[in-house]
Amino acid sequence: MTKNRILVRILKDRIFLGFVLFFSLASIIPLFLIVFYIIKSGISAVNWQFLTHLPRPVGEAGGGISNAIVGTAILILISCLISVPLGIFAGIYLSENREGKLSYFTRLCVEILQGTPSIVIGIIAYLWIVVPMKTFSAFSGGVALGIMMLPLIVRTTEETLKLVPNTLKEASLALGVPYHQTILKVILPAGLSGILTGVLVSIARIAGETAPLLFTAFGSPFMNFNIFKPINALPLLIFNYATSPYSEWHTLAWGASFILVVFVLILNVIAKLVARKWKVQF
Amino acid sequence: MLKDKSGLLRVWGKFERSEFFFRKLLFFTALCMVILVVAIFLSLLLNSFPSLKKMGIGFVFGKTWDPVFNQFGALPFLIGTLLTSFLALLISIPFSLSISLFLGEYFTKGIFSSILKSAIELLAGIPSVIYGFWALFVLVPLVRTIQVKLGILPYGVGIFTASLVLAIMIIPYSAAIGREVIQLVPSDLKEAAFSLGATRFEVIRRIVLPYARSGIMAGILLALGRALGETMAVTMVIGNTNVIPRDIFSPANTMASVIANEFTEATGEIYLSALVEIGLLLFVVTTIINIIGRQIVKKMTIEV
Amino acid sequence: MKRLIVVWIAIMLVLIGEVFSLQAQERELLGAGATFPYPFYSKAFDFYYQQFGVKVNYQAIGSGGGIRQLINKTVDFGGTDAFMSDEEIQVEGNYILHIPTCLGAVVVTYNLPGQPILKLTPAVLVDIFMGRIKRWNDPEIAACNPDLSLPDMNIMVVHRSDGSGTTYVFSDYLSKVSVEWSEKIGRGKSLNWPAGLGAKGNPGVAGLVKQIPGAFGYVELTYALQNKMPVALIQNAAGNFIQPSIESVSHAADIELPEHTRVSITDTHAEYGYPISSFTWIIFYKEQNYGQRKREKAEELVKLLWWLVHEGQQFTKPLDYAPLSERAIEKAEKIIKSVTYNGEPVLQ
Repeated sequence: MTKNRILVRILKDRIFLGFVLFFSLASIIPLFLIVFYIIKSGISAVNWQFLTHLPRPVGEAGGGISNAIVGTAILILISCLISVPLGIFAGIYLSENREGKLSYFTRLCVEILQGTPSIVIGIIAYLWIVVPMKTFSAFSGGVALGIMMLPLIVRTTEETLKLVPNTLKEASLALGVPYHQTILKVILPAGLSGILTGVLVSIARIAGETAPLLFTAFGSPFMNFNIFKPINALPLLIFNYATSPYSEWHTLAWGASFILVVFVLILNVIAKLVARKWKVQF
Repeated sequence: MLKDKSGLLRVWGKFERSEFFFRKLLFFTALCMVILVVAIFLSLLLNSFPSLKKMGIGFVFGKTWDPVFNQFGALPFLIGTLLTSFLALLISIPFSLSISLFLGEYFTKGIFSSILKSAIELLAGIPSVIYGFWALFVLVPLVRTIQVKLGILPYGVGIFTASLVLAIMIIPYSAAIGREVIQLVPSDLKEAAFSLGATRFEVIRRIVLPYARSGIMAGILLALGRALGETMAVTMVIGNTNVIPRDIFSPANTMASVIANEFTEATGEIYLSALVEIGLLLFVVTTIINIIGRQIVKKMTIEV
Repeated sequence: MKRLIVVWIAIMLVLIGEVFSLQAQERELLGAGATFPYPFYSKAFDFYYQQFGVKVNYQAIGSGGGIRQLINKTVDFGGTDAFMSDEEIQVEGNYILHIPTCLGAVVVTYNLPGQPILKLTPAVLVDIFMGRIKRWNDPEIAACNPDLSLPDMNIMVVHRSDGSGTTYVFSDYLSKVSVEWSEKIGRGKSLNWPAGLGAKGNPGVAGLVKQIPGAFGYVELTYALQNKMPVALIQNAAGNFIQPSIESVSHAADIELPEHTRVSITDTHAEYGYPISSFTWIIFYKEQNYGQRKREKAEELVKLLWWLVHEGQQFTKPLDYAPLSERAIEKAEKIIKSVTYNGEPVLQ
């Protein structure tokens, strides 16, 4: 009798394990499908002409995505210039002031910002920058992306610096090092790996963002280095070409998707390496 | 170098001055975060005024979105958003829960764990527009063939397809949080159960899951927050129809996708502010859900 | 740390400095608007850049977008197939001028096995888009096409999801031929559609119709031809079933244009005119000194517009757009000559 009951329980256990394994492995099937599809469709499009030429008018064959690659790079640059200093300093404040009214509200606002949909940030960048400046621009796109990077940078900075032992700071202050140098030259370098990881992961996240760029960067068929003018970007190009009926454009979009995914992948791998190799152990 | 609790300095030497300014700088950047969020909210509110004045609270329940006759109601988009998000959530729960258990209970270390973890991270890292692109070329024809078999209108695009791709996108979010809280379950509780002869399944069912329940809920809430605001992938496969969907295979529109489609061309003050008002609604709803979710996670991690 | 600050400032300076170093910034024009003429503009502006070195960045976001962005003064010119009303063209003491650039046709395209050529009357069109005719083998459609046998499939209507001049032209035509349509739905760039799926831009609609079996949508002629999709013959006011083409569109446009060129040519009374034809316009401000616009920018714009209605017309026919008639070009020339900077005409 008891043996039967035990067998039933063991059976339930095994079946459950089966379910867990099945669903877990099934979840990564879409990943393989997507990656496989991107590689299959995209890699045939990627060649030297693809990477260095500008797009051709609609209906013509050939052309490339060089302006989109440059555009994405410029947008990332602008957003980093805005968000990295601001985010790191805010993170330092939070790690130095664990309690306090401002800390509480800052953390709250950072959480709110993290959950804000990217399209809302796009609306804000349009209202704050595009309308007053009376033009679409890479700058407004960079600001939108920068706002999206902020929460992650602030949080990783705060978390990383919290792990740095207080004794380090105390020792430095006791030796007479001024406060700002203690933070910037002692504490910050100690947490550099974590902070850098945060920055890299944020970049990987915003490199693929399209929604905020729809009404800020606007897109362009030309190469553009002027940040106060519209600019093309990889995700914009993918969106526009994917929803068109032209198969030449579809191929270009797959190629661009391939480049984007590879870029994001490389960033994530570098972030992991940085986290491991540069980590200062206490 | 004397400083008292308030941070105000009494001795004004060179060191003290630089510390003062540096602290003020830090203070200022933190304040910037708060100002930023408040400014976002106020901007959205102010720019919604024309529409708020004209349509009032009826906006939320209005069924018609008619730019020709300047009649705007957000109900079709609210329903579209809620339907797609909740359906996506339902579809994703078994998957994310399984992953949480896989990584949190069964294989916390080792090669299987690393592979699955990396795969899930990769899944989370793929940009939304690429998900939409893939869904457009793979999921939509697939759903179309299903619809043809079922004898309904073979749109291919619609709520169902959008929910499918959303589900795939939000799995990593609830899985990650679920895994964390499952790992937080104290091992002595589990050991006690094991020593009494319980099977893995029984431990999970009676100890781990009840203990981690609120944390898992929080993870689901956060995934919901993500789904509500997702724009690109949804816009590409939802069918862009501004009416209340009749069933899950109908084309529809979500709050985020109607903004994406119509924002740059909203001629007329009321039209534009109606769209901004939708953005405001979206902002408020996602903020509330995210805060609730994070509060729960915080409580869980502190309790332990 | 100091080094970092220096690096940060240096990068900022480089980024911003490019704005000033590139004198070429004046040789750049930004436009946005209709997808209707986009293949034509895309080709023409590319050629213009090769020829004159002036970058013309035109983003096809829909006519509504073109109008909105011009009103916001975020673009130099807009493109629209839905001309603005007398009230709308007066903006803050300035006027928005329209010049026609070419002619096109809004065609009805569909996805049926065998790609038959359908004949449709206005009444059938209205009924399909109002959702009253739901299947392809409906007797009303068969009545216009006695020698075709149409399958028993659902009609999947596809329309525009964005603010579209193409939609305006199409609904303008339907409003003219159906009192019911003009009362219930009306004419506009974005409509409260009773049935169907929405897609962004002419390319979006063409894409969806191409993919969905049984689909039925309206696009500009070029998009259907470029994608090898069938096009229906529409019965015009004279009772003839007309194939959309450069000739039939030109017939419809053979009318006396008003000085400001803002006129609808749908439901033409020309015997062999295609009933859903339309001009497409480029819109811009009459007084070019607004915001901080420089005189050079105004000159570049005027030069571009002049070229577009003269040499630029060579790109219309290869893409199946009808070129402007002599009379239309005359009117356009007058309007371009009236563009002023600080009150003085820009074009010498």
